[in-house]
Amino acid sequence: MKIMVCIKQVPAKDSTLRLTEDSTWIREQDLSYEINEPDAYALEEALRLKEKHGGEVVVCSVGPDRVQQVIREALAKGADRAIHLVADGGSRLDSYPAARLMAEAVRREGFDLICTGLQSDDLGFAQTGVVLAELLGLPHATIIMEVQAEDGRLKVKRELEGGWFQWVQMPLPALLTIQSGINKLRYATLKGIKQAKSKEIRRVIATELGLKAEELAGRQKLHRVYVPVKTKQTEFIDGSPKEAAAKLVEKLQRDARVL
Amino acid sequence: MEPQSTQSHTEQSHTNEDWQAIREAVGKLCRDFPDAYWREVDKQEKYPQEFVDQLTASGYLAALIPEEYGGAGLGIAEASIILEEINRSGGNAVACHAQMYIMGTLLRHGSEEQKRRYLPPIAQGDLRLQAFAVTEPNAGSETTRIETRAVRKGDSYVINGQKIFISRVKQSDLMMLLARTTPYDELTDKTRGLSVFLVDMRNIKGNLEVQPLDLMINHHTSTLFFDDVEIPADSLIGEEGKGFRYIIDGWNAERILIAAEAIGDGRWFVERAARYARERVVFGRPIGVNQGVQFPIAQAYAHIEAANLMRFEAAAKFERREKCGAEANMAKLLASEAAWEAANACLTTYGGYGFARDYDVERKFRETRLFSVAPVSNNLVLAFLGHNVLGMPKSY
Repeated sequence: MKIMVCIKQVPAKDSTLRLTEDSTWIREQDLSYEINEPDAYALEEALRLKEKHGGEVVVCSVGPDRVQQVIREALAKGADRAIHLVADGGSRLDSYPAARLMAEAVRREGFDLICTGLQSDDLGFAQTGVVLAELLGLPHATIIMEVQAEDGRLKVKRELEGGWFQWVQMPLPALLTIQSGINKLRYATLKGIKQAKSKEIRRVIATELGLKAEELAGRQKLHRVYVPVKTKQTEFIDGSPKEAAAKLVEKLQRDARVL
Repeated sequence: MEPQSTQSHTEQSHTNEDWQAIREAVGKLCRDFPDAYWREVDKQEKYPQEFVDQLTASGYLAALIPEEYGGAGLGIAEASIILEEINRSGGNAVACHAQMYIMGTLLRHGSEEQKRRYLPPIAQGDLRLQAFAVTEPNAGSETTRIETRAVRKGDSYVINGQKIFISRVKQSDLMMLLARTTPYDELTDKTRGLSVFLVDMRNIKGNLEVQPLDLMINHHTSTLFFDDVEIPADSLIGEEGKGFRYIIDGWNAERILIAAEAIGDGRWFVERAARYARERVVFGRPIGVNQGVQFPIAQAYAHIEAANLMRFEAAAKFERREKCGAEANMAKLLASEAAWEAANACLTTYGGYGFARDYDVERKFRETRLFSVAPVSNNLVLAFLGHNVLGMPKSY
């Protein structure tokens, strides 16, 4: 099975987040980066499918040179080769141009399966995977919690709301967006880190793909990013202790959603 | 102002992509063993088996084993980075560091048959070699005075004697043992007469009694009593009588690795102290605004960075197979002192909370104190520098 995994480099969870002066993004010079968590699960699932069915795992990442950090990590974990689509803008590149770049770069590769994370931890649009599927003319399924591949077909478990799941059968080739927690992530091994150095990272720039600047222009604009304002509000609940307790439970369930 | 990363300027000249990748990978593994894990292990005086298993499975403890024997075939700098990152994350690499440097004695002086028999399963994690029995109650720093005897009888050696402060014996399958094969009085060269043996503790004849010592840190160290312990003659590493030279060969690697652990501790203390100084508000402002709080942390940071340079200088010389005794010992001296300085600055910054177990400072404080004393006392490092490097009269 020839599998591609799309991985995005996002600001590390423990980064100190400060806004840019125009409040349209976070200051990138303060950040350290890491692999987007759902993408790490997508990679793990792809590696497991390869171990079970054979084949190849290729990782693909869009962004400036710094994204090679997550590419190398994926290669160290066992991916066979990588495609780095060089693009400025990094985290701010919205879903469509990112998907378009990847679609043009891999169209001729003929992947049996493409796995992406469900969404990115920075922008959280959850669109890149499905847009990529559409651009490549592939069927897709989202929020995947389990993957079974048999006889050239897939059986996948989708997470619905309220604790419900849905099993879907689909043909290959296909695209899946993977939910965090679908598997247990492996660690990069020391030998893997060493071997990663000799694996191929193909650098591709947008102009090589025959794409014009306007085709890669963002379709969304972030007008303002802000830190949620913390407020304190005190509310007195009237009634007998029994009634007040019932109201409190209701508020904790419906408003605060902590129960 | 926000802090700069303590992955600092001084390190950049030494950094390459591999090192960074190793740092990140070890850091990720360590994140799954957070403060609470180490706190609990310490409290219950347990061996951190789950952590060591994971580290072994991912191949990190086989960093120095050549690829032909199933290891990663990396250098001492990479190995030291692994241990540094463990300590920097809040863990304690002491639990598993010994395998890295004990293995060197086997690698450099063992026969090809011994290396083929033991190194691949050690690299795989199927066999544990993390006990090194040298120190005795009557011979600490003065190693040539050890008394434990190994007497050849046919195809065996019979061992009698006592060892102390031998760590991880109960968490090890194999033990490297230094024992006397020629009585001290019969020697003209007092550095001869000792031999190194690789003892397979899974299959031992005679009585080897292991008595755990109760320590101020969670260290799993024991007193050993050898009572007619019989081991096969082919347990001998290299030539009989040359054991002291063999173990000295391994000391430089050990010093460099220990320096790295101390640097990891130092960075942990500085990061925690600086964060607490920024966040803890007293009299309406963060305590870090006071130079009395700020300067000791900054001073310790500077000393850690200086020790870090010496660590990489020693590692580079070690890799080039140049004499590096002075640098390796200085790295250990400077790093252990800097870590202790950082530990004190951190404890002072935390005040009373520093003594509360939930903040982990007191645990790391106890743990990092060891590096000034073991595996060699800093006083003996100074004696070595005074005599061997500066040509002053020998004081020991």
